[in-house]
Amino acid sequence: MSSDSAASTPYLIRGATLPDGTRTDLVLAGGRIAEIGSGLSRAGATVIDASGLIALPGLVDLHSHLREPGGEQSETILSGSQAAAVGGFTSVFAMANTSPVQDTAGVVDQVLALGEQAGYVTVQPVGAVTVGLAGERLAELGAMATSRARVRVFSDDGFCVSDPLLMRRALEYVKAFDGVVAQHSQEPRLTEKAQMNEGALSSELGMVGWPAVAEESIIARDVLLAEHVGSRLHVCHVSTAGSVDVIRWAKARGIQVTAEATPHHLLLTEDLVVGYDARFKVNPPLRRREDVDALRAGLADGTIDIVATDHAPHPIEAKDCEWDAAANGMVGLESALSVVHASVIDTGLLSWTDVARVLSSTPARIGRLAGQGQGLLVDGPAELTLYDPTASRVFDRGNLAGRSANSPYLAMTLPGRVQATFHRGYATVLDGVLRPAAEIAAHGERTHG
Amino acid sequence: MRHLLSTKGLSRGDAIRLLDIAEDMADVANREVKKLPTLRGKTVVNLFFEDSTRTRISFEAAAKRLSADVINFSAKGSSVSKGESLKDTAQTLAAMGADGVVIRHPASGAPHVLAESGWIDAGIINAGDGTHEHPTQALLDAFTIRRRLHRSAARGKGLDGVTVTIVGDVLHSRVARSNLWLLTTLGAHVTFIAPPTLLPMDMSAWPAESGFDLDAAIDAGPDVVMMLRIQQERMNAAFFPNSREYSRRWGLDDERFGRLAPTTIVMHPGPMNRGLEISSAAADSAGSTVREQVANGVSVRMAALYLLLSGDREDS
Repeated sequence: MSSDSAASTPYLIRGATLPDGTRTDLVLAGGRIAEIGSGLSRAGATVIDASGLIALPGLVDLHSHLREPGGEQSETILSGSQAAAVGGFTSVFAMANTSPVQDTAGVVDQVLALGEQAGYVTVQPVGAVTVGLAGERLAELGAMATSRARVRVFSDDGFCVSDPLLMRRALEYVKAFDGVVAQHSQEPRLTEKAQMNEGALSSELGMVGWPAVAEESIIARDVLLAEHVGSRLHVCHVSTAGSVDVIRWAKARGIQVTAEATPHHLLLTEDLVVGYDARFKVNPPLRRREDVDALRAGLADGTIDIVATDHAPHPIEAKDCEWDAAANGMVGLESALSVVHASVIDTGLLSWTDVARVLSSTPARIGRLAGQGQGLLVDGPAELTLYDPTASRVFDRGNLAGRSANSPYLAMTLPGRVQATFHRGYATVLDGVLRPAAEIAAHGERTHG
Repeated sequence: MRHLLSTKGLSRGDAIRLLDIAEDMADVANREVKKLPTLRGKTVVNLFFEDSTRTRISFEAAAKRLSADVINFSAKGSSVSKGESLKDTAQTLAAMGADGVVIRHPASGAPHVLAESGWIDAGIINAGDGTHEHPTQALLDAFTIRRRLHRSAARGKGLDGVTVTIVGDVLHSRVARSNLWLLTTLGAHVTFIAPPTLLPMDMSAWPAESGFDLDAAIDAGPDVVMMLRIQQERMNAAFFPNSREYSRRWGLDDERFGRLAPTTIVMHPGPMNRGLEISSAAADSAGSTVREQVANGVSVRMAALYLLLSGDREDS
C-alpha cells in the first residue's frame, strides 16, 4: 500500500514552457494531466521547478530494438525501457527481430508483459511480417493483432520483404485490422556484402557499396503496391535524397505512405567511416551531406513524418573489431532528442511544436497506439517530458542507460538534456536521473492492475 | 615511420627515401652474403588472414635478409563468427613480443584498426587489406619503373611526367588504389582502363583519368602498361560475360602488344592469367618487368621493415 500512496502523489510542474512557447503550470494526478494554467497549486503535490524547461508530450519511438528475448547480453526490455525513459520517451515500439522472433501472439504478449513489469515506458511490440523474418510466408498477423498486445505495426526490419507478391499480400492483409507494414527498404541483391554508402568514399576505401538505388527502388515499388491495393505503408529509416523525392511524389499522389528518419541520418555523414570505427557502422549506412540535408528538408516539409531511433544495441565484441566483421547498428534512445535538437532545431528547420509532432503524436498515430501521443491536454494521459534546451554536454558513457555503449555520439558535444520524464503520471526520470527499477516496477504493477 | 598502412598520405620525400633505401637493399642481394644484421633480435610476424604465398614469402625473405626472426601466422577464416577475433589475435602476438606485424586481411581498414586499437604496440605493415590498399606492391612497382627509366642513377628521383596506364579489375584492386596515390605523388600520370562494371562507381576524387577503350589507351603511347589480374569468378557475378570477351576487349594480346613502343614497360603484379589479361609474348618480352617486380619486392619490403623496426622507433 505504500507504493499506492507514493504513486498517487500528484506533481505540480511550475513554469514550464509548452511547445508553442507559452509558459504554464501543470498538475499531474491520477495518471492524468489534471490541470494546465498559471498560478496553480495542489495540496500535497511534489513541486517541480520547470522554469526554462520545455514540456513536451511523452516521446514515442516507432522503431527500437530491445533485444529481449534472445539478445539479453546487449539489451533487455527493462534496460531498453530505461534508455528510453532517460531519452524522454514514454513509449517504444519493440522491433520483431528477437530470438525467438516476434511472429506469434505468444511472443508479442510476452514482450508486452515484460514491458509492463519494467514500467518505465509503454512497450508496444511490433509483429514480424513473415515467419522467422525469412521472407517466405506470412506470420500469423491476425493472431498478433487480436492478442493482448494488439499489434498494428508489422515489420521484418533488419530484412526487406523483397518478394513483391508477399509484400502485396501483407499490405492487403493488414487492412483487416487497420495495420501497417513498416518496410526495411533494401533490395537484397543490390546490397550483397555491402559495408557503407556507395560513392566516392567507398570507391576510395575499396569497400563494397550500399547504393542509394537499393533503397529507392524498393520504396518506389512499395508505394505503387500500396496505391494499387489501397493500403498503409510505413517506410523505415529513410536515408537518401532520392527516397525523399519518391515519397514526396507518392504523397502528392495521395498514396497512404508514412516515413521515418533516424536521428543519426539527420546528423552524421559517411566521412566518419574513414577511421574504421565500427560505432559508425549502421544499416542503412551513413550517407552524404546532400542526403542529410534532403532528410532535414523532408522532415521540415512533412514528407518525412517522424523521427524514429532504430536503437540497436550491440555487445562490445560486435564493434571492437575490423569494419567488415562488425555488426550494424547504433544505440539511439538516450541521445535522440538532443540529436534532433542539434540537427533540425538549432538549424531553424523545425519548431518544438514540430518536434512534438514528429516524436510523439504522429508516431503514436501511425502505430495506432492508445494512451500516447495525445499532446498536453487537460484530462489527457500524464505522459510528458521536461527538456532543458539551454544545456550542453559532452555525451559520454554515463549518459547511456541501456546495456550497450555503441553510441556514435560518445565524446561529441550535444545540446539539451532531459530533466524529467513522466509516464502514467509517475516520474521515471527526475532531475535528469533515472528513478530506481523497484520504484518504477511498483508503479507499473499498480497502474497495470 | 611508425606504420606503413597506405600510400595515400605518404609524402613524396618519404616515398623517395624508402625507394632509395630499397636501392641499398637491392645492392645487398648482389653480395655473396645476402644478409644484414640490422634487425637481429627483432621478431616479425606475418599475419595472413588470406592466402597469399607470394606476398608472404617476399616479406619472409625480406625479414630474414635483415636477420629478423620470422613467425608465420596463417589465420585464414578467423573472425568473430568463426573463431578468434582480430583483437585476441593481436593481443596474442603482443604477448609474444612481436616487434613488427605484416598483415594481410580481407577487410579494408583492418591494418588501420590494428595500428590504432592499442591491442598491440608493434609496427604494422599493410600487406593488402580488402580492396583498399597494398602499399608495398605500389612501392615495388614505383621502384621497378624508376630503375628501368634511370638505371643506376635512380636514387633521389621521382617519376615526374611518366604516363602509366593500369588495365583491368580496378574495382577490386588494392594494387590499383595504392599505385594511384603513390605514382601520382611521385609525379606520374595515371590512367585506368577497364570494363565499366570493373571501375569504381565514383572516381571523381581520384587524380587520374579513366576510360573503357584499351586500344585508344595503347595508341596514346603510355610509358608503362600495368595489367591487373582478372579473377575468374568475376564473370559469375555478371561483371563481364566470359573470359573470351574480356580478353578480346581488355587483354594485352599479341596484336596490342605489337602496337606498343619497344621502350614501353609492361608490368603485372602476378600471378598472371596468361592468355586472359596478358599474352605470353607480352609477359615474356624484354619490356616485361614481371620477374624484376618479384625481386624488387624483396628489396622494397626490406626497406619498409628497416624504416619501421630498426633502432628506436620514433612515434609520429
